[in-house]
Formats: sequence, structure tokens, C-alpha cells
Amino acid sequence: MARKKNRMSQEVNAGSMADIAFLLLIFFLVTTTIASDKGILNILPPKLDPNQPPPEIDKNERNIFTILINANDDLLVEGDYRESADGLDQEVKEFVLNFAIPDEETLPLYNSLPASLKAVARRDPESSDNPKEAVVSIKTNRGTSYDKYLEVFDMVKKGYFDIYAERVGLDTDEYRALTGKDDAEKALQDRGKEGIPMAISIAEPDKIGS
Amino acid sequence: MGKFGKKNKVSENIPTSALPDIIFMLLFFFMVTTVLRDQEILVEQKLPQATQLQKLQKKSLISYIFIGKPKNTALYGTEPRVQANDALLNTADIVQWVNRERDALAEADRGLITISMKADRDVKMGPISDVQTELREADARRVLYASVGKVLNN
Repeated sequence: MARKKNRMSQEVNAGSMADIAFLLLIFFLVTTTIASDKGILNILPPKLDPNQPPPEIDKNERNIFTILINANDDLLVEGDYRESADGLDQEVKEFVLNFAIPDEETLPLYNSLPASLKAVARRDPESSDNPKEAVVSIKTNRGTSYDKYLEVFDMVKKGYFDIYAERVGLDTDEYRALTGKDDAEKALQDRGKEGIPMAISIAEPDKIGS
Repeated sequence: MGKFGKKNKVSENIPTSALPDIIFMLLFFFMVTTVLRDQEILVEQKLPQATQLQKLQKKSLISYIFIGKPKNTALYGTEPRVQANDALLNTADIVQWVNRERDALAEADRGLITISMKADRDVKMGPISDVQTELREADARRVLYASVGKVLNN
């Protein structure tokens, strides 16, 4: 009769289950490569039409923040020599939000900024007129290391992302984590970017001195 | 001294009935995160570090291109080479490769093709810009510079 069965022996012997699971675990541990689809997004400019002359650029020098990197990975930022890219994000931020000559289009933009970003605007006549005009230009040499280029590009991006994040009251990391997968996230993203285009120009590297 | 001998024998073994569950949990974690490598990388890959990493929403739009010094230097030399799919490409063949990758996508997504550029950190800008010129030629202008995270020191 079933009643007579010993209660202790009713359990299935699961002692070797751990061993089996361990074996599988070790297999997956060895074969796994945690997917790293992360990176820095860059939109390249469209290709030039050979039949048309390259577009004339009539931008004022003050509206372009130039970063040159030579073959020794030295930097020349707005004419000043330096060795490391530290602090470049802050300079980009100050350059973009300079508002030397805010026109009727960008004055409301300035007024809509939070106080912490308004404080960045120095209204220096030597720097950018307004965020719409501001362009950050990175020019490398063919001998520049990719590592250094990416470090500089990274810092410039950080400058922009700091502005966007501060506008919507988020942390920079939180802002970057927005993927725009639903409307609320998309709205936040757009509100951060509105009126301040991320204008990073990557110039064709030159061949001299590499 | 005699106290040790007095211990009860029954309570000495640790209960291990929960162990399989814990192991299974770990196992499932690794099973879910694992991606079995479907291609052999022929070039060196030490990705650079960066802080402003972004993740892309749609993985299917990404095509990978690898740039670095060939691992088999006897066969391919020491100059940085470009690998796409399983084979090393010449720079001039990139346009063709991009077009093939783009044709594999759904029609609505073709304009959004993103090239994840997995370049070794020791590569110089010369080869990188050559590849970028070809990508512009192929009108695949969304480029993701693949990199690993770095903790910002400030």
C-alpha cells in the first residue's frame, strides 16, 4: 500500500544535478563573449559630387572650434598646444553656449536654458555667435593614432551630451542611455537636442609629416 | 578538548539541496548572454576606451568591419588590414561589401544601415580614414566606433 511507503525515500536523488549543471555552466562560461555593441556613433558627411565644386564655407573663424592632432598625438586646440585631451569637454561646452550674438531665433533658446547653463555663456566676441552657428572641427594626420582621435572625439561628444542632459535635468549617463524606444524617451531626447545641433566636423586627415 | 568529540554527527553536513538551483541560475544567465562566435577574427582586436558610449536599438542594422594588424603576419603582413565577414578585404572592395550587406536588410531599413567599426587601438588614422571614405562612397554614413567603457577620472 502507498501509505506504508517510507516518507524519506520519496525524494528523487538530485545530488548529481549540481554536477551536470556545473558542467553546462563551465561550457557556457568558456564560450561566452558578452556582446559589446556599444560605441560612439558618428554620421559621416555625404560623398562629394565630382561634377560639382566643393561647397563654399563662409563661416566665421570664431564659429569654428578647431582641434588639430598631429602624428605625435599632440593637440592644437584653438591655436594652443597641449598634450592631453582632459578638460576639452568643458571648453566645447563653453564654446557652444557662448551666445556672443544671439539673434531672434536663438534668443528664446538662451532664455529657455536652465540657470546652470546660462552661467556658462560668457558672451565672448571671440567665440561662437550662437549654438546654431557653432561647429567643432577635428582634423587629424594620417599618422595620428586611432586611440587619440577617439579620445578627443569622445570628449567633444561629452561636451554636447552634458549640455543636452543638463537641459532636461538628467545625468549625462542617463541621457545617453535614452534609446528613443517609446514616445516619452524620444520627447526627452528631442527636448535636449532642440536648437543645439551636434555639429562635429571630421576633416580629411593630411598626409604631411606622418 | 573533550568538547569536540561531543558534537552531534547529524548536523555536520551543509544542506546542499539549493545548490543546483543556484548553479542553474548562473547557467541560465550565461546561456542568455552568450553569443556563439560565428566568425573567426583574423586581425588583432584591442578596442579603444571611451566614455560616451551609446547602444543601438536595432541590432539587425549593424554590420561589422574589423580593422587591425593581421594575426597571421607571415601570410598577410604587418600593415593594418580590413576584415569583413570571414575574409580580409581590400579597401576598394568595401563598397561592394556594404551593398551586399544592405541588400540583406529589409527594404525600409536600408537607409539606416550602421557600420560598427571595430578598430584596434594601435591602428593609425590613415587606414581608418580610407575606410571612411569608402563608406561615404557606399552611402553607409552611420558609423559606430566600437569601444569599451572607461571610468571617467574627474
